Amino acid sequence: MKIEYYIVLSLALFCIGIAGVLTRRNAIIIFMCIELMLNAVNLLLVAFSKMHHVAEGAKNVAMAGIDGQLFVFFIMVVAAAEVSVGLAIIVMMYRNTHSVDVNFLNRLKH
Amino acid sequence: MKNILQLVWMVPVLPLIGFLINGLFRKQLSKPLVSLVGCLSVLSSFVISVLIFLDVKNGHTGVVNYFDFISVGKLHIPFAFQADQLSALWLLVVTGVGFLIHLYSTAYMKDEEPQHYARYFAYLNLFVFSMLLLILGANFVIMFIGWEGVGLCSYLLIGFWFKNNEYGNAAKKAFIMNRIGDLGFLLAIFWMVLKLGTVTYHTGDNTGVFDLVSKLSTFDITGITLLLFVGATGKSAQIPLYTWLPDAMAGPTPVSALIHAATMVTAGIYMIARSNILYTLAPVTQTVVAVIGLATALLAATIALKQNDIKKVLAYSTVSQLGYMFLGLGVGAYTGAVFHVMTHAFFKALLFLGAGSVIHAMHHEQDIRNMGGLKKKLPITHLTFLIGCIAIAGIPPFSGFFSKDEILAAAYANNPIYWYLGVAGALMTAFYMFRLYATTFLGQFRGTEEQKHHLHESPLSMTFPLIVLAILAALAGFVGVPEVLMPNSHALGEFLAPIFADSAKHAHAHHLDHSTEYVLMAVSVIGAAIAIIYAIFRFTRKPDLQEATGFGKVLADKWYVDEFYNGIIVRPLNWLGKFLNTYIEKGLIDWVVNGVGRSVNYLSRQVRLVQSGQVGSYVLLMVLSILVFFVIQFFLKK
Amino acid sequence: MSATVFLFYFLSVLALGSAIMVVVSRNPVHSVLWLIATFFAISGHYILMNAQFIGIVNLIVYAGAIMVLFLFVIMLMNMNADSEPKKNKWLKLAGVVSGGCLLLVMVAALKSAEVKGQLVQMKDGDIGLIANLGKALFTDFVVPFEIASVLFLSAMVGTVVIGKKGD
Repeated sequence: MKIEYYIVLSLALFCIGIAGVLTRRNAIIIFMCIELMLNAVNLLLVAFSKMHHVAEGAKNVAMAGIDGQLFVFFIMVVAAAEVSVGLAIIVMMYRNTHSVDVNFLNRLKH
Repeated sequence: MKNILQLVWMVPVLPLIGFLINGLFRKQLSKPLVSLVGCLSVLSSFVISVLIFLDVKNGHTGVVNYFDFISVGKLHIPFAFQADQLSALWLLVVTGVGFLIHLYSTAYMKDEEPQHYARYFAYLNLFVFSMLLLILGANFVIMFIGWEGVGLCSYLLIGFWFKNNEYGNAAKKAFIMNRIGDLGFLLAIFWMVLKLGTVTYHTGDNTGVFDLVSKLSTFDITGITLLLFVGATGKSAQIPLYTWLPDAMAGPTPVSALIHAATMVTAGIYMIARSNILYTLAPVTQTVVAVIGLATALLAATIALKQNDIKKVLAYSTVSQLGYMFLGLGVGAYTGAVFHVMTHAFFKALLFLGAGSVIHAMHHEQDIRNMGGLKKKLPITHLTFLIGCIAIAGIPPFSGFFSKDEILAAAYANNPIYWYLGVAGALMTAFYMFRLYATTFLGQFRGTEEQKHHLHESPLSMTFPLIVLAILAALAGFVGVPEVLMPNSHALGEFLAPIFADSAKHAHAHHLDHSTEYVLMAVSVIGAAIAIIYAIFRFTRKPDLQEATGFGKVLADKWYVDEFYNGIIVRPLNWLGKFLNTYIEKGLIDWVVNGVGRSVNYLSRQVRLVQSGQVGSYVLLMVLSILVFFVIQFFLKK
Repeated sequence: MSATVFLFYFLSVLALGSAIMVVVSRNPVHSVLWLIATFFAISGHYILMNAQFIGIVNLIVYAGAIMVLFLFVIMLMNMNADSEPKKNKWLKLAGVVSGGCLLLVMVAALKSAEVKGQLVQMKDGDIGLIANLGKALFTDFVVPFEIASVLFLSAMVGTVVIGKKGD
């Protein structure tokens, strides 16, 4: 499979995530769109990792490209931590405003 | 005795130490201690100077290098002192007269508050230091440092009584006039660096300025010498920059004696005498120097005829005598000019100190119309002042005769017109000096009863310098007796010969025959004598007390030169300043600057609306910016 | 069309379709379910590239743990389709258009990318195996791995502090 296919697929997922962030006002949906964007990047990382494995493998580097997948692993780790904190913040917000509308957050300004 | 040259650094350093002590501890030291420090530092410099002078007289001249002062690329300017005939002679004059004036000041300034008293001596010591730096420097840059230093001290001392606004203005005037000249000097130094890559006078390997003159084109030499002369006109008060010197009389009288008569104002002559070879090779400049000198001599002499302030008369007389010195330099009589500097230092310092003694006795009265008949009350002052007057008038065998005659003779050899005008100036000198003398010391006392009651002879510390200077003024002429009167007795000429040797090679010697020279001398002496007798008879009985009228008023108002300068320079500048202030500064620059502030204010009020707090719009803006960056990065960047 | 290519297209269409459904669903619960579907499709891609470990972890961590957390929160708040306020139509359009523009720009930029045309290894290669990843993780990447534990600890503390009732 050529790499462009994966790149285009990832970009499409990523941009769908962005469009979601821009169009929705529900904080949880926005959060989910961010997860979607993260996954798009993960997919791309794995694809590149496999691509490099082929390219470098020809030069007898056995474990070439493995760091790409390890990065994906770490992104997942960070994402898990992020989700826990993020959801806690959303719950907190809901408790205070009885809403998850991000535009409510403009009162942070005052 | 060879290592006496190694001591040369002490000559300027001692006054510097004196300056530091008096300057830093002026609030702690008592007056006697201040006087001691001030006088002793200069006295020790004088002693060392005498030793150096004797050494130099035995032929031990040399340059002492201390450290690299400036080292940029190929340009190396060492901090070095030069001990040769010219600087040794000047050292003697500066430290000798300087010491006497320090001594005199201890009595003259005794009524000042202790801290101002110490300030005065600190300035005076700093001045001596700067002057010695100027003299001893072995290149033009060191000379320039001293040059600026004496200018600064002159400024500080003219404005010594800074609470008086007029004195402050006089100080500023002196400083600014000097700065104009200094610019010329500085440009000359740059020119030398540009063309020769050095500013040192002489070097062992013949790469100094004076060794390389032959490499310069006539245009370069003329330019350099003219610019140097601009510097000299500022420092030595020549047309057109002379107007500061009469105003400089605002300072204490000993300062006028030391700085504005004996030493600082002769710096210009020193500089030209030092670079005599350059001037000898630039005939155009020489003519300019001679003409300016002569014009200054005559102009100042005419003004002095009608002045009523005792110090103003002496100030214009100084300007006039400096003019004679430049005339001497201009006609190639370098020895004569230096000789006149020396004798002038003696008799003019004497006259100023005598005037100071009179002013002291009269409780700061300076108008000679309110004096008269002081002869009996101030016998020592009177006698010494008379000697000074005779000396400046050029009556043999007093010193002024020999030096002035030497200059005038050389002028005649160069161009008889110089001589006619020069003698006219000399006659005026004799006339106004004895007008001053007669009005002040002869006739009836015209001051108030109270002043009459207080009249007293000055203390010993003031009369001692007067007596010493009077002896010098009377006898100093014998170091340079002209060839006609006594062959081979021009000791000064022989002493200075090595300095002017190169010039002598290039100069066309004009030798007057002896009969001409006798006639010239006789004419000037008889003329001066007639002027003296006329002045004494005229002013003893009936001094001109009323305001001058007609042409006399023009002279009394100094030919309106100050007004002229005001009109063509100061007023237009003020006007320009006002114009720039109102229209450019306030109208344009302020408008722009305030406009920047206003527009930022306005814009920020508009941009503030973007900060709505709506998370959605922030994200949208972020995405759009990323989009823009990507477009720039991928498609617009070549 | 080989099975690999077919699977690639199938999973891609599934992923993109579910992703779009995530964004457009009115009901948050549906969004979560569509997101899970997307994650499954992405895991399928991983496995297609023989990145077994990542594929499984993706399922367990994302589709399992994290999405359950989302569901839990949504249900806690008792949200439904009507709870979300209407957004300005033009702003929505602007969001979609700018998202689309970004896609367009980046895809256009791909034209001159230097990796263009390189192949991705499918179904084969052993770097995605858990043994190899583990070896690398516990040798070269052991420091970040340990630091990740600190991150978790701080996230845990943060969550507790934020979620504490009253202040």
